[in-house]
Amino acid sequence: MSEPKKIKIALAGNPNCGKTSLFNELTGLRQKVGNFPGVTVDKKTGIFFLPNKTEAFVVDLPGTYSIYPRRVDEMITFEVLANLDNDSRPDVIVLLADASNLKRNLLFCTQVIDMGIPTVIALNMIDVAEKNNIRIDVAKLEEELGVPVIPMNAREGKGVDKLLNLLSSEVAKPKRSFIDLQKLCGDAKELSNKIPYSNEYIATLLAVLHKELNHFQAEKHKLIEEWVAAKKFVVARFQGEEVLQRYNSINRVVNNCVNEEQKENKSLENTSRIDKILLHPLWGYLIFLGVFFLVFQAIFAWAQYPMDLISLVFSSVGNYIHNLLPSGIINDLLIQGLWSGIGGVVVFIPQIMLLFGFITILEDTGYMARVSFLMDKLMRIVGLGGKSAVPLISGMACAIPAIMSTRNIESWKDRIITIMVVPFMSCSARLPVYTLLVSFAVPSQPVLGIFNMRGMWMLALYLFGFIAAIFASFIMKLIIKTKEKGIFLMELPIYRFPRWGNIGVTMFEKAMVFVTDAGKIIVAISVVLWFLASYGPGDEIKNIDKKFVDTSFNSKYNTQELDAIKQSEKLAHSYVGHIGHFIEPAIAPLGFDWKIGISLITAFAAREVFVGTIATIYSVGSTSDMDMKKLRERMHNEINAQTGKKVFSFATVVSLMIFFALAMQCMSTIAVVRRETKSWKWPMIQLFFMTGLAYLASFITYQLLK
Amino acid sequence: MSNLAIPLSVLKKGDKAIIISLDDIAISIKLMEMGCMPGEHLEVDYIAPLGDPISIRIGNYLLGLRKDEAIAIKVMKQ
Repeated sequence: MSEPKKIKIALAGNPNCGKTSLFNELTGLRQKVGNFPGVTVDKKTGIFFLPNKTEAFVVDLPGTYSIYPRRVDEMITFEVLANLDNDSRPDVIVLLADASNLKRNLLFCTQVIDMGIPTVIALNMIDVAEKNNIRIDVAKLEEELGVPVIPMNAREGKGVDKLLNLLSSEVAKPKRSFIDLQKLCGDAKELSNKIPYSNEYIATLLAVLHKELNHFQAEKHKLIEEWVAAKKFVVARFQGEEVLQRYNSINRVVNNCVNEEQKENKSLENTSRIDKILLHPLWGYLIFLGVFFLVFQAIFAWAQYPMDLISLVFSSVGNYIHNLLPSGIINDLLIQGLWSGIGGVVVFIPQIMLLFGFITILEDTGYMARVSFLMDKLMRIVGLGGKSAVPLISGMACAIPAIMSTRNIESWKDRIITIMVVPFMSCSARLPVYTLLVSFAVPSQPVLGIFNMRGMWMLALYLFGFIAAIFASFIMKLIIKTKEKGIFLMELPIYRFPRWGNIGVTMFEKAMVFVTDAGKIIVAISVVLWFLASYGPGDEIKNIDKKFVDTSFNSKYNTQELDAIKQSEKLAHSYVGHIGHFIEPAIAPLGFDWKIGISLITAFAAREVFVGTIATIYSVGSTSDMDMKKLRERMHNEINAQTGKKVFSFATVVSLMIFFALAMQCMSTIAVVRRETKSWKWPMIQLFFMTGLAYLASFITYQLLK
Repeated sequence: MSNLAIPLSVLKKGDKAIIISLDDIAISIKLMEMGCMPGEHLEVDYIAPLGDPISIRIGNYLLGLRKDEAIAIKVMKQ
């Protein structure tokens, strides 16, 4: 027996059977997230060493209840296991089964065993089974299934060393079969002989699913079509009868190996008891609101402290290096372009880590499934499912982590729609914009004694975003077509304590994915925006520098005021300034002049940049309270040179509010949508849909109000 | 006690039943994969506050399903 230096292992099993625990237990932090080719499914891989020094390369396959996929991610599991003439073919499959719920888990297990690939079963959650008086005769189970079976408690790492020892020696191919293929569809041998690495069962699986495979050669399709026609193979009948045959075999196995005392199942009884409270018509929703208020508070308010710290560190370090290096274009590019672009990426990490910390706790404990259960009917009114509730709520703090959290939505269509509508929710970056505009245009007067007019306007803007999201959801539902059948079958796992290690790993992983994948795009766009705002055609910028060196005209201003005027003139003469003039005819019907145009372009980096840009344009040094008052005065006094009317009329300001509520003014959202959908198609549709809608709505608003 | 097969969707919380048959071929394969086989015992564990979805205890676990799916499961109440 020759020992391979490297082996490839695939982890497979039902959802909720502890696959992630085992994967983390095996690889620790030596894991990375990549792509399965051609689909939007994350591929989690890792490396670890077996006791005999063999390097094991492990891939975590998406959890599935059956080899027949319901969704894109489940398709991957089939593709990796059945499409065997490629490099990702595993040498060994580690198949997880939930010992406390063996019967249902064995359906998928026997399907995988029948594929004839060397397989080890990790009989996980053995502790839960024992606690509930489910006794499993492991030796008997090994004999019945014809593959090695290792009892395991992956949460506590029990049984993992046994698994590693077993993997050190060569695992034999399974020999038993749990269905009578001859009876189901006749001879499949002639077909399997022509397909490398397959066996008869794999051949029939390919006959069922070959049309949906991404990478499958045309000649094989033809082979299969011929066989299907010759055997009069009917897919649905085959699948139905296969499942029936399997359960016959499984019932026999379970009767021989599992001794379940007819006592009550403690875990399920406890879970039912907790459900009585958490799914209660009143308490259930109150607790839900409480939990999500906490989550919202965390990403909206608590995250602000580390975010401020990150901004401070980045600007201090940037300033320090800026002064250290010789001044010039390279220095500016490095510090003002690249370094602050990187800072703009890192600043999202606290929100992402906090949200995923909470989400992982909620999933680990089993509460997340209850949230879907509670919210499903409500969310279906707006055309989505229960799992879209969490991203939409999180979107009110920030769309970036919210869009990343749509990963939990299984239905592809629901997921895409959720991604498309989340940015309409009023995020925290809109707050400074709304604050400036509302405090400018709306008098601070009491309404009904207890409310303030400005507060009412803010609330109305938040509601407007929410209504826009629902509206967009209806539109998207009509546009987006899918092959998926909308079947909602969801396991409600038993309540358990969260695994803190797992939470830490997820938080770290999500932050890394964002920084490495979305980060590149954000840095690239911010460098471009920086360049456009800092440089201009010809000598225009240089001339401004020269003008301000000459001190003769500046007697009536102090240095600070002078610097503010200089920055304002520079911006006006930069490329962005020119673009502002260029787009003025297009945005004039919305009530915007070229200066507002400049702010709309720079605010593409992030909405709150609007306030800073307006401050620069109107030569206000900072965005402190004192300066904000000055800014409001200058905005108030601004006169349009052509019309002689006020630039910031009521109609223009309301039009701006509407524009910021609807437009896709956030490059980080675009980057993260591109990362989550693995294509430029969706972020581009989103950009044009949102900004188009914003243009239209602002146009109508301004024309009605002016 | 009734010995007529009725859809699972009409059962109330706490009702126990045996699955008699599954209608709708497309959904039935998925239901069977989730353990909803003819002959299996089930108990309605919970009905969501708004009347949909429902959760049933089948085998040793809880399964949430919408009424649309539950209609396809014909059961005999016990």
